Amino acid sequence: MRYALRRLGFFVLTLWAALTLNFLLPRLMPGNPALAMMTKFHSAGANPQTLRALETLFGVNNQQGLIAQYFGYLHQMLTGNFGTSLSQFPASVTSVIGSAIWWTLGLVGVTTVLAFILGTGLGIVSAWRRGGKLDSVLPPVFVITSAIPYFWVAMVLVLVFGITLHWFPSQGGYYVTTDSPGLNLTFFQDVVNHAFLPAMALLITTIGTWILTMRNTMITTLAEDYVRMARAKGLPGWRIMLDYAARNAMLPNLVGFAMSLGFVVSGAILVEYVFNYPGVGYMLLQAVDGEDYPLMQALFLLITVAVLVAILAADILTALLDPRTRAAR
Amino acid sequence: MAMPVAGVPTESPAAHVPAGHALARIGRAIRSNRKAATGTILLLIFVLIALFPWVIARDSPTTDAYQPHLGASATHLLGTNAYGQDLFAQVVWGTRNVLIISVVVGLATTGVAVLIGVAAAYLGGVWDGTLSVLTDVLLVIPLFPLLIVIAAYAHGGTTLVLIAAITLTSWSYTARQLRSQALTLRNRDYLEAARVRGERRLYIIVVEVIPTMTSLIVASFLTNALYAVLLSSSLQFIGLGDPNTVSWGTTLYWAENNAALQTGEPLWAIAPGACIALLGAAFALLNYAFDEIGNPALRPVRRSKRVRSA
Repeated sequence: MRYALRRLGFFVLTLWAALTLNFLLPRLMPGNPALAMMTKFHSAGANPQTLRALETLFGVNNQQGLIAQYFGYLHQMLTGNFGTSLSQFPASVTSVIGSAIWWTLGLVGVTTVLAFILGTGLGIVSAWRRGGKLDSVLPPVFVITSAIPYFWVAMVLVLVFGITLHWFPSQGGYYVTTDSPGLNLTFFQDVVNHAFLPAMALLITTIGTWILTMRNTMITTLAEDYVRMARAKGLPGWRIMLDYAARNAMLPNLVGFAMSLGFVVSGAILVEYVFNYPGVGYMLLQAVDGEDYPLMQALFLLITVAVLVAILAADILTALLDPRTRAAR
Repeated sequence: MAMPVAGVPTESPAAHVPAGHALARIGRAIRSNRKAATGTILLLIFVLIALFPWVIARDSPTTDAYQPHLGASATHLLGTNAYGQDLFAQVVWGTRNVLIISVVVGLATTGVAVLIGVAAAYLGGVWDGTLSVLTDVLLVIPLFPLLIVIAAYAHGGTTLVLIAAITLTSWSYTARQLRSQALTLRNRDYLEAARVRGERRLYIIVVEVIPTMTSLIVASFLTNALYAVLLSSSLQFIGLGDPNTVSWGTTLYWAENNAALQTGEPLWAIAPGACIALLGAAFALLNYAFDEIGNPALRPVRRSKRVRSA
């Protein structure tokens, strides 16, 4: 119980830190970037009420002191008032994000689950057949792939499978000109087709971590006495591998999985950028490009909150699955 | 994005060995480990290119002196881009910027991390509490989005801005590792002896504590340098660097801006990206080799000596 409360306290503290960062950054930067943005809102024809809300968010033309601004800002954030988007004026930031989030959740969510399952499986086999073909090839290969930038893998895939071979579409989330979103099979196929290459790019660059972590933990577990005991009992090899060694080596990977779910929202910024995929990451970069600071601020907050929730979940998972953590606290 | 890399040693057996010995051991290990040797050679090649780019690329990377859209040939090894700039020269001269960023950020990040991590562990009490909370908070805030936001407000980053931003935001993982290792050292006899001798705290930290952690500090430098390569190139690629710098990320930015892949100029985008991957691989290989040196259980098993499993 005390452990849970401490983790919850940390969650609140970090959330507060992220909110404060969001508040301070535009105010600390030289040249007052927010002022230029406000002029654009003016010329876009924003009504006085919208302008006042934005002034509170960014501290422009504001007679209030910094402390009063800060509490005004916190109040707006906690009541879910993230302001109005500049690049898609006059839509609210919340509705703009709402249209993009599902694309990211679908693409990156599914890919993360796949990468976890495949990577953990390969890691188990690789550690079990220590020194075998798989084990001597995989680790060095994935040490190198972990150093390759996501976006470059994405570009190579675009070049090879999109432009040269024409196997898969390499831009956007669906054919905007010929297809319209709806609950039908054609649209579904279209979406899967468009998601294939970005998903491969993510899979290639993320699977290595799962394989290496699983392999390295499992190698340690395989040396434990209870594994030797299981062998002495004459249990079949696959049972020792799965029920004895893999099960006990699984914890770091499971916790990592819980955490990586939080990075789903932010994990694919560059891949989405290369594929012009209509998700949250692409939107963040568009917001940066169009100096749409309210949208950028809200997206950064969303990304941070997603990560914080995932870390809280990972902590709880560790406590539930590993009795040693509970005893230690 | 901030997932820890698997190749970071958690504990090092060199804990009691003085710095000189540890470095000598590292040198010997590099020679005997194939991954370390490959990484070292790759890194050396890049350092030489960064120091003497004119030896292999006579053309200027920035003048638009040639015919645009030339394919690869003997005079232009990688062809020219849509502006008529020689791509081979851009890639060669661009090495310097990336290497400066990675080394400076690697050193600065590790330095900050050593200061904070060791101070937290050694001073203890309120200091430890405050510094640890600061470290943990920074650790969980997503790094790349944070850098994007900072660079956006700064209206694009010059090399100096990139170095400062990456250093200020990415020291936390190393600081945490160093803190836990320093904690295990705190009650060792030789530190007790130094305290009894009446040495000052600063002296103990600098002369007695830090040298025993050389292995971990070197490994951290490699990880941080790798991240600096990837992060700075990514920021430059999405247009948050200075578009006038000669660097791999900037070349990629212009390639993407001109739809190089779609207009039949794949080398414009592929070549600088391949260089980033190679330099990253050099740091990653060295780091993995360090992990094997520090943790013998992970070393590749020789087939002849293999223990029968299953």
